Formats: sequence, C-alpha cells, structure tokens
Amino acid sequence: MTVFEVFRQERKGQPFAHAGSVEAPDAAFADAWAREQYGRRGESAALWLVPRGSIHAITDWADEFDLKYRRVDGYSIKARLKEARERALGPAAESR
Amino acid sequence: MDARTQEFLAYVQDGGQVEATDWLPEEYRQKLIKFIEMHGNSELMGVLPEREWILKAPTLQRKLALTAKVQDEVGHAQLIYRVAEDLGKPREEIFADLLSGKAKFHNVFHYPTKSWGDVGVIAWLVDAAAIISQKALLKCSYAPYARIMKKICWEESFHILHGRDVILAMMTGTDSQRALVQEALDRWWAPLMQFHGNPIPRDEDPMWLWRIKSQGNEEARQQFLEGYVPQIWELGLTVPDPNLRRGDDGVWTYSEPDWDELKSVVTGHGPRSQERLAFRARFLEQEKWVRDTVLAA
Repeated sequence: MTVFEVFRQERKGQPFAHAGSVEAPDAAFADAWAREQYGRRGESAALWLVPRGSIHAITDWADEFDLKYRRVDGYSIKARLKEARERALGPAAESR
Repeated sequence: MDARTQEFLAYVQDGGQVEATDWLPEEYRQKLIKFIEMHGNSELMGVLPEREWILKAPTLQRKLALTAKVQDEVGHAQLIYRVAEDLGKPREEIFADLLSGKAKFHNVFHYPTKSWGDVGVIAWLVDAAAIISQKALLKCSYAPYARIMKKICWEESFHILHGRDVILAMMTGTDSQRALVQEALDRWWAPLMQFHGNPIPRDEDPMWLWRIKSQGNEEARQQFLEGYVPQIWELGLTVPDPNLRRGDDGVWTYSEPDWDELKSVVTGHGPRSQERLAFRARFLEQEKWVRDTVLAA
C-alpha cells in the first residue's frame, strides 16, 4: 500500500493546497478514492496525487552567511534616519 | 519533562502547529491518537442510528439526503483514520480496539432512534453539538488533523441545515408530528447535555494542555446552549430542564447532567452499544474479501 498526498485546487488559477492523504495499492485506486473523498460535491477544480515517497521536503534553513541584506528585515533604517534628520536641522544646517 | 518536550509544549501553547514529519513527544503522540481515534470511531458508529432510517424515510428526497449524509460521515471516518494511521496506529488495530471496547465512541451514538423525530433531532442538535467541537479543532496543534477538519466542518454545515429542515417540516405539520419532535427532544436532551463532557477546568484537561482541543468542555456546552436553546424555544418546543436559564451575564445554568450515565454509556453499557458493535463486527467480517482483494491488487 502507498500513501498518496492529496493537493486540492479549489478554483482554476488558485494554488494547490495540501488537503490530506489516501492510502491505496496503486494510482488507479488512489484516483477513485481521492475523487470520492475530495471532489464528490464539486468542491475541487483539480487534485494532485503524489506518492509520499516522491516528495522531497526541505524544512531546515541554514543561514551561516547571514544573508539578511537580501531581505526587507535586513535593513533597520529607523535610527539612522533619525540621526540624519537631526543632523540636517543641526549646526551643520545653519552654517550652510 | 525534558528540555525538548518543554520547548515543544511552549511552542504549541503559543499557537504553534506541527506536521507529521516533525519530532513529536511520545505523550503528545499517544494523546493525539486516542483523541483522533475516538473521533473517527464516532463518525463510523454515528451513521448506524441514521442508517436504520434510510429505508423508513418519509419521502424519496429525505431518503436521498439521509443516504448522502451517511456517506459523508463514513468519508469523515476515512479521513480521520488516515491521520491516526500516520501517527502510528494501523487501521486493523483501530477496528480491533473499537470492537473489543478498548476504544470509545461518542455517547450520543449508543442510543436508540424511536421515530422520525429522533432523526431530525440528531441531524439538527447532535450535529450542532458536534460541529462546535469540530470547529474548535480547526486550530488543533496537529496541522494535518486541523486541515481535514476544514472539509469536515464544511459538510457538517449542510447536515445541520438538513436536520433543521426535517424539524421545520414536522413543526409546520400536524399536532402528532409536533408531538414526535417534542418526544424526541425529551429523549435526547440528557445525552446532549452530557455530550461535551464533564466541566473540568480546561487547564486540567490534557487535550487542552497540548492544544489538541482549543476550548474547554464547559465553554463548548455554553456555546451550544447560547446558539441553540433560543432556536428550540422559538419553535414552541420545551426543553425538559426546569432549571435551564440564561443569566444576565450570558452564562447558562442547567440541572447537573448525569455524569455516571455518560461514563456507563461510553464504556459500552448504553442501550444500543453492544447491538451496534455487533453490527459493525458483522460488516467488517462480511467485507473482508474486499479489503483482501484490494491489498492483493
């Protein structure tokens, strides 16, 4: 028996989201059971059945090199902006 | 409790959800299996009282609707058992424990259905009580269980509507039809009040501790009373509890439910417990060839 993960698309154009799984001896049985359990009322536009063993999952995210500069949260401009504004209004500004 | 378990507990108590592939503390896994197995068993056993009425339904349309509902509930059992299997309990073992009485199913499915009025009360109020528990599971710390609950709640909302329609048809019918509904409500009120379990504080409930459930027993019962007693009253029905009232603070008071009856019923001593388990055992045996054929495919 193989566990097939079921991904369901509610309407055309929407992403497929994991909905559950069915256990079946082969793809033909998995097809029949997934139709019955996830599409009987027309609640799905499409289903993807993926044998669990075929899923390559990634859950660990190493960040040894501190790649924050590639993201929005890598920039904390608040303090610097404050300093720059004060500086612009301070003695340096008067002497201009 | 070791540091890793402590960290896990803090994570789920903070609203975190985990996946089947994550590390789970053994105690959490066991509690989950017990809870999910009981839920699956209740779906599977819960179709039996209604199944008895498919052949006796008053119209073809009711017959079809009831059949569809029974099909849905068995489908829910399939989805739920799948989650329990992934947690490590094979389906054969789940069935064996159900039949031997080691595993339980909900109290309301141990009672007889005497008239079509019972079918209406079950489909409306028993399903209403169940959907309150199930909606709270949408936030379960175990994400695969929470995800299938979306589909289950979606189908349950149709079941409640079906039940309400059955009740409304009878309440707008003859006096004897109205009497059937009232009699059924009288029979079902005690089991309904026991349904959400004894009012232990949620902090003492291990299912709340691990955030398998997201609300306490009494919170669920209060929600049921607040939502449905006014609906019962507006139809001219009487709730068979002289102490039932809503306080100014919005909290309902009621006669103490019979917790001994609840305990006795869910441990297999209800009026129909053994009969329904024997029925399930017979069908498992009778359909064994289908499972054998599929496994040999």
